[in-house]
Amino acid sequence: MPTITLIEHNGTQHSVMGEVGQSVMQAAMNAMVPGIQADCGGACSCATCHAFVEDAWTGVVPAAEDAELDMLEFANERQETSRLTCQLTIQENMDGMVLRLPESQY
Amino acid sequence: MTLSSVVIVGAGQAGFQVAASLRQGGFAGRISLVGDEPGLPYQRPPLSKAYLLGKIKAENLVFRPAAFFDQQQIELIHDKAVIIDRQNQRVVLESEKALEYDHLVLATGAHNRPLSIPGEHLEGVFGIKTLADADALAPRAKDAKNVVVIGCGFIGLEFAAVAAAQGASVQVIDRGGRLMARAISPQMSDLFLKAHESWGVKFHFSQAVDQIIGENGKVVGVEKADGEVLPADLVVYGIGVIPNITLATEAGLEIENGIKVDADLLTNDPHISAIGDVACFPCVHNHGEHTRIESVPNAMDQARAVSARLLGKAAPFVATPWFWTDQGNLKLQIVGLSTGYDSAVTLGSMESNQFSVLCFRRDHLVAVESCNRSGDHLAGKKILSRPPELTAAEASASDFDLKAWEMAHRL
Repeated sequence: MPTITLIEHNGTQHSVMGEVGQSVMQAAMNAMVPGIQADCGGACSCATCHAFVEDAWTGVVPAAEDAELDMLEFANERQETSRLTCQLTIQENMDGMVLRLPESQY
Repeated sequence: MTLSSVVIVGAGQAGFQVAASLRQGGFAGRISLVGDEPGLPYQRPPLSKAYLLGKIKAENLVFRPAAFFDQQQIELIHDKAVIIDRQNQRVVLESEKALEYDHLVLATGAHNRPLSIPGEHLEGVFGIKTLADADALAPRAKDAKNVVVIGCGFIGLEFAAVAAAQGASVQVIDRGGRLMARAISPQMSDLFLKAHESWGVKFHFSQAVDQIIGENGKVVGVEKADGEVLPADLVVYGIGVIPNITLATEAGLEIENGIKVDADLLTNDPHISAIGDVACFPCVHNHGEHTRIESVPNAMDQARAVSARLLGKAAPFVATPWFWTDQGNLKLQIVGLSTGYDSAVTLGSMESNQFSVLCFRRDHLVAVESCNRSGDHLAGKKILSRPPELTAAEASASDFDLKAWEMAHRL
C-alpha cells in the first residue's frame, strides 16, 4: 500500500496508508488527519479537501479537470500546486508522496 | 458540565459526523452510535447517481472502514432505538438493551414519502433512500426499457439522467410545472429541462398519478390522472421525504415540521440535541424562521456545531446552507435559500450550460445557483457568509463578475 505524507499547516506530519484506487482525501479521512473537511464526500462540489502537492510530486499526479480547476480558483491560499484531494486517485507510483495542507479549508 | 457518555441515534451523515468530530476534538468518553441499517455507515448522495452507474463501489461509499470504529472506540450498534426514557436519561433499544446517556443526539433522518396509490408495492417500483434500495434497483436500471420517474426533484432527476444514459426510454411525471421547483429559480429549471430533453427524457407536468398498473405482480405501466397510461418496466419515485419523528414524539419532545430545536440545536430537553434532516431550527438565512434542511452539508455543519458545544465551545448555528446535484454532465450547486426572492440576475449562458442565477430579496443577495460554474458557487458561499452584501444593482452591471467582486471585497 502506498504511503502518503500529509503535513498540517502547523507542521504536524501524518503518514497515511492508502489503497490503490482510493482517493487521497478518503485515505486522509480514514486516518483522521485534521485540516481536511471533505464536506461533500468526494463529489468535487465543496473544495474543502484542498492540499498542495510538494514540487517533487507534481509530475506524478494527473492534471486537474475543469470542474476541479474552477473550484480551486476559490480555494483559500491557492497555489500552482493546489489540488482537491478527492480528485487524486492513489496509484502505486504515489508511494512517498508529500502534500501540505492550507491553514483553513474555508 | 463534564460528559462521560454520548448516545447518537441515527448513523447517517449527521450521526456519524458527531461521533467523528467528538473524537477528533478530543472527547474521551463513551460514544454509542445506533443505526438500524446493516453494515458500516455510508454516504447516500451517490446512491441515485454514481453508484448506479458503477462509478463508485460499495466499499468506497462507507465513511470509514471498520478499523476506524475500533481504533476510535466508537461503539456502532446495529439496533433500533424504541424508547427515550428522559427521566433516567437512557435509550431503550429493540433488543431491550438500554444505553445511558449524559447527552443524546437525535439524527434519525427522514424516510421517503410513499406514493400512496394503488400498485405502489408492485415489483419494479422503487424509492431510493438506502444502500439496499440502490442495490435492488441497480440491476433493474441497467436492463430497463421503459422507465417512468414520478417526481422531478433532485432524486428523480438524478435517476432520470442515469436511466437515459443507460439507454432506457425515460418519462417523468410531476404534479408541478417545472424541474426542482422547490429548490431553484425558473431560469435554472429551464436549463435543466432543455438538458434532460436533449438526453431523451420526456416530461409530463401538472399531472397526478392515479395508479401503477401491474401484471402478475410486476409493473407494466403508470396511469396518469388524465387517463393516459405510460408503459413502464421500471418506476422510480422521489416525491419528498418525511422526517423520522416517532421516537421524539413519543418522548414528548417538541415537534414542528421535524424535531424543534433552538439556535444551539438543543431540543426542549437540555440533554437532547437534534440535527440533520430531522431537525427544524431557527435559520438565520431564512429570516430566523424555523427551517428543516435536507442536505449533506447541513448535516455535517450541524454535527460539527453540536460536537463543538459538547466539547465546551458553544456557538449559535449560523452556517450558510448549500446543496448540490449531479445530473448527466451538469453539476448544479446552490448556496443560500432563495425562499421569497424577488429579483434575479443571470451570469454566463444557458446555451453553454455554464450559467448562474443570483437571487435577491429586497436588493440583498440570498442565494446563488450555479450550473457548471463552481467558481461562482464558492464566491457566492463566501459573500453570503460575511459582509459586505452584494446588491442587485451592482450585480446588474453589464460586465459583472461574481468571482472578481468577491475577491475585491474581501475584508
